[in-house]
Amino acid sequence: MSEMISVEDVWKSFDRGRIEVLKGVNLSIAHGEVLALCGTSGCGKSTLLHVIGGLEPPDRGVVRIDGKAPSGEAERLELLRRGVGFVFQLHHLVAGLTLEENCLVPAVATGLSRSAARARVRELAEATGIAGRLDRRVRELSGGERQRGSLVRALLNDPPILLADEPTGALDETNRERVFELLLDLARSKGKTLVIATHDLDLARRCDRVVRMRDGKVVEDGV
Amino acid sequence: MSLWRLIFTNLRRHRVRTAIGATGIALGVATMLSVVGVLSGAVRMFERILRSDSEVVVFERNVSDLFFSNVPVSLADELEKQASVKDAQPVLFAIVAAPERPVITCFGIRASDGRLKKATWVKGSIDDFRDDGEAIVLGERAAEFLKAEPGQKLELGQQAYPVAGIVRTENGFEDGGVFMPLLCAQKAFHKEGVASIVSVAMNAGHETSEVKEWMKANHPKFSALENEEFSKSYSQFKILKTTAWVVGGCAFLLGGLSVTNTMILSVFSRIRELAIVRVSGFSKGQVARMIFGESLVVSFIGMIAGLVLSAAGLRLLKLVPQLQGYIDPSLGLTEVLGALLLAVVTALLGALYPAWYAVRLKPADALRYE
Ligand SMILES: Nc1ncnc2c1ncn2[C@@H]1O[C@H](COP(=O)(O)OP(=O)(O)O)[C@@H](O)[C@H]1O
Ligand SMILES: [Mg+2]
Repeated sequence: MSEMISVEDVWKSFDRGRIEVLKGVNLSIAHGEVLALCGTSGCGKSTLLHVIGGLEPPDRGVVRIDGKAPSGEAERLELLRRGVGFVFQLHHLVAGLTLEENCLVPAVATGLSRSAARARVRELAEATGIAGRLDRRVRELSGGERQRGSLVRALLNDPPILLADEPTGALDETNRERVFELLLDLARSKGKTLVIATHDLDLARRCDRVVRMRDGKVVEDGV
Repeated sequence: MSLWRLIFTNLRRHRVRTAIGATGIALGVATMLSVVGVLSGAVRMFERILRSDSEVVVFERNVSDLFFSNVPVSLADELEKQASVKDAQPVLFAIVAAPERPVITCFGIRASDGRLKKATWVKGSIDDFRDDGEAIVLGERAAEFLKAEPGQKLELGQQAYPVAGIVRTENGFEDGGVFMPLLCAQKAFHKEGVASIVSVAMNAGHETSEVKEWMKANHPKFSALENEEFSKSYSQFKILKTTAWVVGGCAFLLGGLSVTNTMILSVFSRIRELAIVRVSGFSKGQVARMIFGESLVVSFIGMIAGLVLSAAGLRLLKLVPQLQGYIDPSLGLTEVLGALLLAVVTALLGALYPAWYAVRLKPADALRYE
């Protein structure tokens, strides 16, 4: 299988080098692979996802997406627009907007036509089981529905990569199960490359591959 | 999907905040336009008094106020002999007191002055206003508040004068004023032989420069200015206009601060939201455009409301009895365009800091929740 994401000796620190977070991460993720990124809180999972997705540039090392290393603002922006979709622990839906309006935000960024964007939202909403809730404001939705909504938003511009940072961390038992299943099903059926940061080992085991991080490094790569 | 749709949605979501920002601008615009409207209305009215069919105003050089200008009447007669001059009318401005009305503008003029000829005579006739007489003519509004009728005698200052007639003029000052024969006015105000100004009308085919040059050569102590030059250089007008723009500008600034405030609040309370739109692919430019767009829309709404408010306010002012006639507030295209321009400028300035702040946000930081 060809390589989708390649992380090569990536270093990242904050606070002008005082807080070293990533200390030489190496990781290769194949096209369509579903990978769990495990490790205790604070080991650098979120930071690694941010660097992969172009939210932060690495201090040192390269991240290649489908063979290309985005450099500079414009290329990282393009990566965010069409290359990756982010799902976070909190849904980060905008409170005053309806679910549909929230899901349409990435279409504003890319200038996708409204009709095309709405059709796309509808299609994804059906796949995630929230088609009947699109006209609701965020406060009227349950936690599971909100997280499904943020999944629709992440997938709107059809990125080949999904980066999920503790996507079920804020959900109750039943919803955690369901949303996780949904995430895996969607990724597999649509052929997305999925990276899930989680410290829930039970969930992690259902992925194709589990990678363990400790103190800013990949320490165990169980294929 | 267009950014504008999101901008309007955002403003709709925060209706109260939007309304407060727009109200600030609205009050700013309304205050500014009212002050500018009233004061420039007053200036316009005064200009018209001076103008009265003439092209050039002659007055004493370097006086700050026309009430202090002394021009000998003989100069008017001399001017009238010039080939280029059709008519030179001396006018003496004064303030008189009537019982219960301490301030009435008095115009000492000759019977041949166009002011009375042009006016609509409500009562009486121009024949009763004579240069060698004592009979006075009242503006319509003055007659109303002085409760005077032709045939009565009216006490003005130290003396009582017979009322010869009542005229309606388009000018608020004149309508609330008293016309007195020039000689009579000179005596009453101890200004024998002098007038405040001489308004000069040119003969056809002659340039105003001829009079101006003749004045410069023969009477250097006096200024002869075209009406427009006069309006520009007359310090009282300058003070009024400057006051209008300064007061108006301050009002607008306050409105501008309200927009800034609104936008700062809006940005600070939406930090997560701004981060998520960045993660969703918004460029820094798009974020800035969104903030500037919101600010523009708030300002624009405020400006429209302000225009409506000031139009209504000026109409109300016109109805106030004390101001009646004095206010000739017209909101011209200049004022509207001025307000529009100011609204745009305030919107952009007001959004500068919030937009800069929003653009500088690092989405990764803003989305951390530990
Ligand atoms: N912007 C930042 N400034 C300072 N410290 C940061 C920043 N981002 C992350 N950190 C620190 O880096 C470490 C790793 O964070 P993170 O990548 O969120 O770990 P994880 O997701 O595995 O819990 C933490 O100690 C965190 O406090
Ligand atoms: Mg994390």
